[in-house]
Amino acid sequence: MLIRRKKASGVASHEITPESVYLNRRQIIKASGLVAGSLVAGSAVSAFDAVMPKDKTTKFAGVAKGYSKLGETDKLTPLELATGYNNFYEFGTGKDDPAQNAGPFKPLPWTIKVDGLCAKPGTLDFDDFLKPHALEERIYRMRCVEAWSMVIPWVGISLADVVKRFEPQGSAKYIQFETIVRPEEMVGQRGRGGLPWPYVEGLRIDEASNPLAILAVGLYGAPLPNQNGAPLRLVVPWKYGFKGIKSIVRMSFVENEPKNTWKAMQSSEYGFYANVNPKVDHPRWTQASERRLDGGGSLGGLLAARRPTLMFNGYEEEVAGLYAGMNLATHY
Amino acid sequence: MPTEASIPAPRRAPFAGFLKHGLKPVVFALCLLPFAWLVYRTFNNQLGANPFETIIRYLGDWALRFLLIALAVTPLRIITGWLWVARLRRMLGLFAFAYVAIHVFAYVGEHAFNWSEIWGDIVKRTYITVGMAALTMLTPLAATSMDWVIRRMGGAAWRKLHLLVYPAAILGVIHYFLMIKAGYQQPLIYGVILAALFGVRLYKNYARRI
Repeated sequence: MLIRRKKASGVASHEITPESVYLNRRQIIKASGLVAGSLVAGSAVSAFDAVMPKDKTTKFAGVAKGYSKLGETDKLTPLELATGYNNFYEFGTGKDDPAQNAGPFKPLPWTIKVDGLCAKPGTLDFDDFLKPHALEERIYRMRCVEAWSMVIPWVGISLADVVKRFEPQGSAKYIQFETIVRPEEMVGQRGRGGLPWPYVEGLRIDEASNPLAILAVGLYGAPLPNQNGAPLRLVVPWKYGFKGIKSIVRMSFVENEPKNTWKAMQSSEYGFYANVNPKVDHPRWTQASERRLDGGGSLGGLLAARRPTLMFNGYEEEVAGLYAGMNLATHY
Repeated sequence: MPTEASIPAPRRAPFAGFLKHGLKPVVFALCLLPFAWLVYRTFNNQLGANPFETIIRYLGDWALRFLLIALAVTPLRIITGWLWVARLRRMLGLFAFAYVAIHVFAYVGEHAFNWSEIWGDIVKRTYITVGMAALTMLTPLAATSMDWVIRRMGGAAWRKLHLLVYPAAILGVIHYFLMIKAGYQQPLIYGVILAALFGVRLYKNYARRI
């Protein structure tokens, strides 16, 4: 008797590499090799300057295609949806508030402070922070805790490389991230009724060192729009979207679990880990399924069916090992 | 609704003819506008990235607004002495129920008519429980709005049944409050308006007694 065993992730093997990527793998390898080669051959500075856009309307030049794992039904979310429907309470609580209110925000010049339990703390200019790292495109699913999801092509750097570079001490167990506080440019930070600022998020160091985790500086090949977290944001695709802290100004290596904003606000609804998990419901809605926002289907996707949510958002193979032996129902 | 007594002395309104014959159709058309706008947006792809969420929230907003508008009729009459507004009360109340009903219908559609999932929602999720309780209270009010039912029930029993509109409105505001993640200004505004409308009624009852 033939026994068919479905893989735990629910992702069939033919879904792991899209056919077009598979067929073009030699070009893709060549392209990434070219970038790596130019980094070695020329000076790193000139390669960096060649890749980085001069302004917000210019695209990144020659960004290598990095690890992306899409299913057959994963279609890119159109740019106008990914940049017009955002949760970024610094610019208001409505989904279209960020796109409407983020105009006055000035993402550059920008500095990032790295401190805490590490050998090489410092305050770095945006370019100096990025320069040692290779920019890559990563196409990831993004699953919001509110049960909708998108597929977004990010441009970013490996967070694992960033962690290594600042040489965390043995006692450092977590990284705490902070969003900028700039009420004069962020209307949601003025007055009462919002969240306590700054917005804080955190990862365990081993989570941050997972190859999937990136710090993104762009999407769709162009610098991040303000409403998506310009100039630098976290992307951890196996976790709910609120873990992806935006407009990061500080990274601290710490010993104890950071008090992330949403958990501090409402710990019965939001945890520290926030791993996408269809079996652990949010108290106010089911997490078993989600609505994919990709503009597909008639009437703007109104008639499209919800789709089942995948364990770890479909990245189980890559990240499940981080949580071996943990009870994910209590560590939600 | 209960506070029918103590109507101010009738005044002849300046546009008596219009108020008698033309007002109702005009208000009826106005009440349809929010729904018409939603239909227009739906068929012109103007519902944003998450169309179902837009539709459900939009209808929920208007359901609450119409509930408050219907509940404002009697206080408005008390304050201004305009008798003609009372003639709009039933229609406004029915529009409130209609917007509640299509709001719930949209929610059911969002769950693709998966009744076991919806029942799970009602049992597990407080804001859905509260919202469904409000719907349950409003349904018999809409069902008893015809003249012949009022006559058959008798005025006293009918008024007693229709007291349910008050807890339903309170539950509606609580439902909105529980649904929101942060930034409670909006439900707070609805709550304050509802409290003010109750305040006018309570003051009137109090003033009548002394």
